[in-house]
Amino acid sequence: MESPAEVRDLNPPTQKAQSSASLNLETHIEVRGLDAFYGKVQALKSINLQIPKKQVTVIMGPSGCGKSTLLKTLNRFLELTDGTRITGQVIIDGQDIYAPEVDETEVRKRVGLLAQRPSPLPMSIYDNVVYGMHIHHMKRNRKEYKAAVRHYLEIAGLWDEVQKRLHDPATSLSIGQQQRLCLARGLAVEPEIILGDEPTSALDPLSSQNIESRLLDLKKDYTTVIVTHTLRQAKRLADYVIYMYLGEVVESGPARQVFNNPQHERTRAYLEGQF
Amino acid sequence: MIKKRWARRHLAEAIVKALMMAAFVVVAASLGLILWTVIVRGVPSLTWSMISQTPKGGYYMGKEGGVLNAIIGSLYLAGGGTLLALIFSLPIALYLETYLGDSSWGQYVRLSLDVLWGIPSIVYGAFGFAFMLALGMRASLLAGIIVLALLELPIMVRAMDEVLRLMPVDLEQAAFALGSTKLEVALRVVTRQMLPGIVTAVLLAFGRGIGDAASVLFTAGYTDRIPTSLMRPTASLPLAVFFQLATPYKEVQERGYASALILTIIVLIISLGSRWISGRLNRYTIK
Repeated sequence: MESPAEVRDLNPPTQKAQSSASLNLETHIEVRGLDAFYGKVQALKSINLQIPKKQVTVIMGPSGCGKSTLLKTLNRFLELTDGTRITGQVIIDGQDIYAPEVDETEVRKRVGLLAQRPSPLPMSIYDNVVYGMHIHHMKRNRKEYKAAVRHYLEIAGLWDEVQKRLHDPATSLSIGQQQRLCLARGLAVEPEIILGDEPTSALDPLSSQNIESRLLDLKKDYTTVIVTHTLRQAKRLADYVIYMYLGEVVESGPARQVFNNPQHERTRAYLEGQF
Repeated sequence: MIKKRWARRHLAEAIVKALMMAAFVVVAASLGLILWTVIVRGVPSLTWSMISQTPKGGYYMGKEGGVLNAIIGSLYLAGGGTLLALIFSLPIALYLETYLGDSSWGQYVRLSLDVLWGIPSIVYGAFGFAFMLALGMRASLLAGIIVLALLELPIMVRAMDEVLRLMPVDLEQAAFALGSTKLEVALRVVTRQMLPGIVTAVLLAFGRGIGDAASVLFTAGYTDRIPTSLMRPTASLPLAVFFQLATPYKEVQERGYASALILTIIVLIISLGSRWISGRLNRYTIK
């Protein structure tokens, strides 16, 4: 078992070599001294974190602990809500995304978000996938767009179901299909990071399972950060776990360690179902 | 079995329900009465020549002719005014929604628009007239269009604003999550989602514009000819109704009702047409 000191600091290469074989702990996202406020209420209290590259990181904790808030600071989404204030740094690939010269739309392109409920755009299935590529001028002609739509719908596991009705309204899909469409749409702008804000909480068990297996497939190419309030889902998905309580990070570390041998009393209480 | 007792709460329910029914009956009956009057008194005089001819000499004493000048004039005035108002309203409404939101500036703009909405149309007419005098302009189609656009603008903006406020927040957020700018969200997502509602807002303003007499009285004037240029005066249906009803001749008064019927039918056609269009646009909107 690793010592807590190793868990806290993921960067030094010597420790990377020592860490468990299944984990490749190269840091992708680093959060430094992050505070977030809704009006006068402080929702995040000096968060310091490192999120490993091409792993599934699960943020868990009781409702209202700030896990969604933390997630939304990673793609500069929180600031879209009126009355929020954010201080501190979120460093992705060595760049602080809150630095004044950073274009927030570029951040949101690089860090995709899968929302709690699927929210298709008011257009056809095809146009939903094309939308993001269009606004970022990512392809040159119709043929390329068509090929890309097929590619991303295949990755999202939706192509077979929709290939004959690409021009139907996106709302004609079932809610589970809509969520996979949202996944395809998000992947189409070529992000490096996928955020999921309880992405299966509105879905039936089968659709949830489908989304979960997509996310596991995708982790070879993408860094994934998922917020969930179901412990079982956390255990199924997580390589790395962050446990939050009342706006603070209580504990973070490789999944196996946090689940089997939590260092903190609060984490243990949560895992044992005392909430 | 549990019996329903006539407790006070059930009585209150019954009374409120009766009051609501009464309110509906008042509204429906007024509409019915207006339509009935216009139809009964207008249909006998509604001949083909009414809608195919301009007034000939002696028309206002009961001789031959029709109100084609006013029909065309009204369509020009309201069509032009609505188009001009739309060009300004849509950006204003989108700006209000996307950038100002519920901020104090946003509220201030909304209050101003509500005040403008409440201003009687004769004031717009007088304002336009004073302005024209200062510029040395004469009554013309163009002046009428501009004043009607001013009259319609607050209606259109506020109606669109109410529609835009119904925009699902999730939808905008979804577009932002893909890295859209505010402009892209406004033009590519919000407008698309809200198109049926925007069509309704435009129609509401058009209805107000085509039915208004006071604002065009001084600004567009009145003429028996069909306007051939923006700088010429033009007739309009509300004024045609007014002038004909004001004559002492019974036939002419009845033609006034026929003109009112024509106006009603135009509004009805445009209403139904736009409903059909917005129904088709509704296909992709998120409910």
